[in-house]
Amino acid sequence: MAERSPATRRTLWFVLTLVFAFLYIPIAVLVALSFNEGGLPTAWSGFSLKWYVSLANNSAILSAALNTLIVALVSTAIATLLGTLLAIGVEMRRQYGRGLEALIFAPMIIPDIVLAIALLSFFSMLNLTMGLHTIILAHVVFNLAFVCSVVRARLKSFDWSIAEASADLGASAITTFRRVTLPVILPAVIAGALLAFTLSVDEFIIAFFTSGAGRASTTLPMQIYAMIRFGITPEINALATIVMAVSIIALTLSQRLNRGIIGQ
Amino acid sequence: MAPALVWLTALMVVPCALVLALAFFRRGIYGGIDYTFTLENFGLVFDPLYAGIFLKSARIAGTATLIAVVVGYAAAYAIAAAPRRWQPVFLFFAVLPFWSNYLIRTYAWIVLLNREGLITQLLRWFGYAGEPPSMLYTEGAVIAGLVYNYLPFVILACYAPLSRLNPELAEASRDLGASAATTFRRVILPLTVPGIAAGAVFVFVLSIGNFVTPALLGGGRFQMIGNLVYDQFLTANDWPFGAALAMALIAIMLLVLMAQALAADRASGRVAEAKGNVDG
Repeated sequence: MAERSPATRRTLWFVLTLVFAFLYIPIAVLVALSFNEGGLPTAWSGFSLKWYVSLANNSAILSAALNTLIVALVSTAIATLLGTLLAIGVEMRRQYGRGLEALIFAPMIIPDIVLAIALLSFFSMLNLTMGLHTIILAHVVFNLAFVCSVVRARLKSFDWSIAEASADLGASAITTFRRVTLPVILPAVIAGALLAFTLSVDEFIIAFFTSGAGRASTTLPMQIYAMIRFGITPEINALATIVMAVSIIALTLSQRLNRGIIGQ
Repeated sequence: MAPALVWLTALMVVPCALVLALAFFRRGIYGGIDYTFTLENFGLVFDPLYAGIFLKSARIAGTATLIAVVVGYAAAYAIAAAPRRWQPVFLFFAVLPFWSNYLIRTYAWIVLLNREGLITQLLRWFGYAGEPPSMLYTEGAVIAGLVYNYLPFVILACYAPLSRLNPELAEASRDLGASAATTFRRVILPLTVPGIAAGAVFVFVLSIGNFVTPALLGGGRFQMIGNLVYDQFLTANDWPFGAALAMALIAIMLLVLMAQALAADRASGRVAEAKGNVDG
């Protein structure tokens, strides 16, 4: 943009400072309180890790964290496999219709609550017992869409003549995929998987509706929701800090591998 | 590609079609579904009681959208005006909060706004001695939560067209005698409408169907469409009506998306025109 007067520049910096304060003060307060001995915002009573210790001894949270991990790992694995195949299939045959395009993008656009009640109605109509397995089935639906779009973005610049050359040299379709196509798209596949994993770890609404009753299939976001509704306890501050740190690390990694979802 | 399509069909298309179908049936006497065709669920959506909730949801989502767009646009403008090498850094930190869990970001506002929260503490520190103001469990708290959660996306959406803006256009406008305000209103703003529209649609669509923020920051008694759908499915056990409400929600969403497409279309016409003027 063009040169600016000092007054304009000051205004712009002022705006930026205000917006960043708005974005980061709530998070900073939360993180700071997680290290507060007293744990309540009333006063700073000294640095302490006791809320992290009590978190480590809270069996409900630990089992919820384990459930979350199972759901995220399994649904990410399935979604990465299916999403990558879908991306390759769609990109190889360019003459797909708008219907297919809509089908692939729909899970990213449909409001969570609509997909959640749709799956709830569907599972209960099939008389399926709900639990971790139904959450996994549901999470694959939207994870698949995200993996597919990340891999497709990478495939756009893939030179298909290399794959043809490999076939001409006598490689089977599987060998070509393993030795030619996959190495080229691997960073995008890993980035897609990390994205899917993070989305799955954070996902609340669909899990909430497709988990069925009972504690056995409570995931971490469901546990957090229940704790928040119950009231403020310092343990949530510690838990929130850990969850935020983990998702930020995973997404930064995904970003690095696949420079481009944001800012490019 | 076939297994993925089977998965999407079985676990998205079929369930969504099922919800659509549900909306045309009656509720059974003991909950459940009575399979006789009816349109009364859709009629019920227009009942003053429920239409009122739709209007209130639209008002709250609309206010949140307006605030998020004004603040987000200002932030995006400031980032686009910053030195080139700083822009990706600012953008990264603007979007970073968006990557953390939605529930946690909402919870952070409970910590800030509650009676013994930071804001009350600050007021005390400045010498305020009365009752702590009630900030949590109000419409304002819900709007603050929505703006906070969706602001990073607006910044991202508005930054894209702002950073691509040709500086020559603004210069030309000033050379022709336009003031900075006029240049902004008649040149910069119209050219960045697609970004604004994309950001606005995102905030509005996600806000109007939201049930988590009203439940947590509005304190339970605060109903928006999302909460209504939630209640029909998990509390009242009136699935057909819940399904009709969900369809109404989708209909609103489609209308908003169509409006956005229209705005983007008009704006691209303007971009072409502006380019023609400069090149000619």
